[in-house]
Amino acid sequence: MRTRAEARRQRWAILGFAVAILVLSFVVLKSAYYQLVLTQVLLWAVLSLAWNLLSGYSGYFSFGHAAFWGLGAYTVALGMLYFDLTPWISVPFAALVGAVAGAIIGYPTFRLRGHYFALAMLAYPLATLYVFQWLGYQELALPMKREAPLLYMQFEDPRAYVVLALGLVVAALLISLKVENSRFGMALLAIKQNEPAAEAAGINTWRWKMLALMLSGAIAAIAGGLYGVVLLVVTPETVFGMLVSAQALILALFGGVGSLWGPVIGAMLLVPLAEGLNAELGDVLPGIQGVVYGIAIIMIILWAPEGVYWRALDRLSRRSPAPHAPEPAAGTIATPVAANVAPLPRAPAPLGDDLLVLRDVGISFGGLRALDGIDLAIPEGGLYGIIGPNGAGKTTLFNVINGFLAPDPGAITLSGEPITGLRPSQVCRRGVGRTFQVVRAFPRMTVLENVIVGAFVGAPDDAAARQMALAALDRVGLSARSGAIAGGLTTRELRLMELARALVPHPKLMLLDETLAGLAHDDLDGILTVIRQLRADGITVVIIEHTMQAMVKLVDHFTVLDHGRLIASGQPNDVVRDPSVIEAYLGKKWVDRVAVPAK
Amino acid sequence: MAVPFSTVDLLQALSAGLLVGSAYALMCIGLGIIFGSMNVINFAQGDFLMLGMYAAFYLTTGFGVLAFLGPYGGPIVAAFLAGPIVFALGWVLHRFIVARVTGAGVSQIAGAGAYGQIIVTLGISLILQNGGLIVFGSTPVGIRTPLSRQSWEIGDVLLNQARVVSFFFAVALAGGMYLFLSHTRLGKGLRAAADNPQAAIYMGIDVDRAHRIAWSVGVGITAVAGGLVATFQTFQPYVGFDFVIVMYAGVVLGGLGSNFGAFWGGLLIGVVQQMSTLILPYQLQNTAIFVVFLLIIFLRPQGMFGRLSERT
Repeated sequence: MRTRAEARRQRWAILGFAVAILVLSFVVLKSAYYQLVLTQVLLWAVLSLAWNLLSGYSGYFSFGHAAFWGLGAYTVALGMLYFDLTPWISVPFAALVGAVAGAIIGYPTFRLRGHYFALAMLAYPLATLYVFQWLGYQELALPMKREAPLLYMQFEDPRAYVVLALGLVVAALLISLKVENSRFGMALLAIKQNEPAAEAAGINTWRWKMLALMLSGAIAAIAGGLYGVVLLVVTPETVFGMLVSAQALILALFGGVGSLWGPVIGAMLLVPLAEGLNAELGDVLPGIQGVVYGIAIIMIILWAPEGVYWRALDRLSRRSPAPHAPEPAAGTIATPVAANVAPLPRAPAPLGDDLLVLRDVGISFGGLRALDGIDLAIPEGGLYGIIGPNGAGKTTLFNVINGFLAPDPGAITLSGEPITGLRPSQVCRRGVGRTFQVVRAFPRMTVLENVIVGAFVGAPDDAAARQMALAALDRVGLSARSGAIAGGLTTRELRLMELARALVPHPKLMLLDETLAGLAHDDLDGILTVIRQLRADGITVVIIEHTMQAMVKLVDHFTVLDHGRLIASGQPNDVVRDPSVIEAYLGKKWVDRVAVPAK
Repeated sequence: MAVPFSTVDLLQALSAGLLVGSAYALMCIGLGIIFGSMNVINFAQGDFLMLGMYAAFYLTTGFGVLAFLGPYGGPIVAAFLAGPIVFALGWVLHRFIVARVTGAGVSQIAGAGAYGQIIVTLGISLILQNGGLIVFGSTPVGIRTPLSRQSWEIGDVLLNQARVVSFFFAVALAGGMYLFLSHTRLGKGLRAAADNPQAAIYMGIDVDRAHRIAWSVGVGITAVAGGLVATFQTFQPYVGFDFVIVMYAGVVLGGLGSNFGAFWGGLLIGVVQQMSTLILPYQLQNTAIFVVFLLIIFLRPQGMFGRLSERT
């Protein structure tokens, strides 16, 4: 998230850009042809910005943005041909068509990830292309309206189109900026960097992805609609073709993926080049445009995979001593956070009613019964340990509780309310925080941003989220590192950061998955203190662990899991001394060790 | 219920589907080897197919290189020669471009994430397609042989002779590939490199080399399939795209990573495509494939013979 000052600077930059384009159009460029090229540059920039809004931020690469572009162009063309609809109405209407198409496409397609998503997106525009061919809309020419040209967006002066297209670019830039600076953008970035973690931190990933695709589809369609008006002829190949989808992502990647200005820079550099070559050499070398794009994209991936924008930024920051990594705004860190945060809200509670209850919970993976007939009641306010050998089903149990997996059969209630089958983000909203066996950080965000993502659940607005995140970092003792990029943290810091992210919305229940694993002895104590503090604050903690000695001292209650079943349950010392548990699940050597009293 | 087509139509479409499907099956094997070993989505696969078509075309007709083999043998030999030609091109492209964004040594690429590879192949695709337009021109061409216009009759069903011949050669080559992958040391190495690149490295397999071979063999096999298709269908430089979806649908249907599955997937896609003409207009043939493709992806992404492994 940018600071307000940065956002303001960006808005000035957008204004400056608009003025520069106007000067270019009205003062510098003389021929109508150049005005047309400029219009195209701007329209492709809009398409690329739309693509970037979805794919650049969320990481879900779309190879099918031609679907929206083409639908926009056909909306305008068909509207004019059959309903005598003026583009002044149909172009904005195209945005609605694009948004609806985004919803229809996204609904099934967001069940897929990675390569599968990219491939499925590829299919939509191409399937649509054939349908439009079959419908007989091979080549639609927009009728000339000589009696009322202005009413139908048919201007004498090509500069009018430049102004319209520029308006779209400015709007798309402002929307992107708005998204970047809100929880919308943070949610998309979190999805890109670690989707399960985002979901577990209370972000309804599906909703944000759908919104991003619909918004992106609307912007792409509106640009496609204006494109139809400008070119006056719409054919399935030119608006649904592969080159359209490719151009959307190539311009963004060339300029700088996931950046505000990347798509615009890509369009300003590549479109005139391709257009110019096409105009000069198109007769001799008919496919020169595609070749240029192909070469551009290969070169950029090989030599500057982050794009021109980021590369230039890196160069500049290397020359000046200013650090590249985003530093937290001065002052926010320096002021002691604890001062303006209410003291720990809940008093340590004695073991109370059952907070979490599992009834006959089971789940199968193929033929493997990973969990079988689990009955478990976890009382409020305790520190509850779950142990068991590898493959016992401990992490699966957590996945079932927090909603990554749906139990079959079984029912789970939290404070008496059923949570079976809810999305992880919904479970999180009801007060279940969780950490992961392998820390799931958002590696390219700062520590503070990582925690802010978790704070959106409980925070009324983004400023409050920031305050809550700072307080949570203070609580785990990580305030000093809040400006560091998460990718560079030590294991201990990562564990603490994940703890802070999970506890920032004040959960009732914390699920800690091997939080102590892989830590040196010295680091262990710090984390144990934090965990004890959680209990003191009234948070019920369930912890999966292998480190037996630490666990015996830490928890109030032990449950042993093996082969998906509950084997034993009770006070730590009793369970640990239970000969069957020792023999069968902890190994023979534990018999001797436990024989010596722990204290 | 009235059926809008007769039994003869049905058999005709089915047989046409199997004949065309055999060539699809072969190209699917090519794509499957690449996806299976390198875990790379190769956008340019259709364009290598197109190159195979043009290679066969020029070998047969362009320069009369194979004139001495006559109108029957020439096109088939040309189709098989297209393989090594495209293999060599694939080798070079992998060496200088693809290898830099794929393979065990390359971690995620900063800006584009894991997509660097797809994007590079997209770039190659654009260059080949549009370069093809420059070099070969946009006029559709085809390899005309006497077989193209003749048919054998079995009952009332007509079997295009060129398709039948291509069927046998496609199946033979697919069988050969199967033996190569499952019984030779090199083939096993490719599969090991696919299964677990890290482990393969530790076992002394040169994964980069394995990838280069997989990539080159993959595009080469697909080019042969293209050469075979060229004996019964006209084509132009943009033809690759029609086949990319055919290939991906086939490979995904068969199960990503299963070469055996890719064969059956491709065959089935051929049948679906031809059968769809019974009830759908001709132009919607490929839309039918898209629909099947999307259905597989949603309903059974692991395909018929694939496996799916993902951990939370």
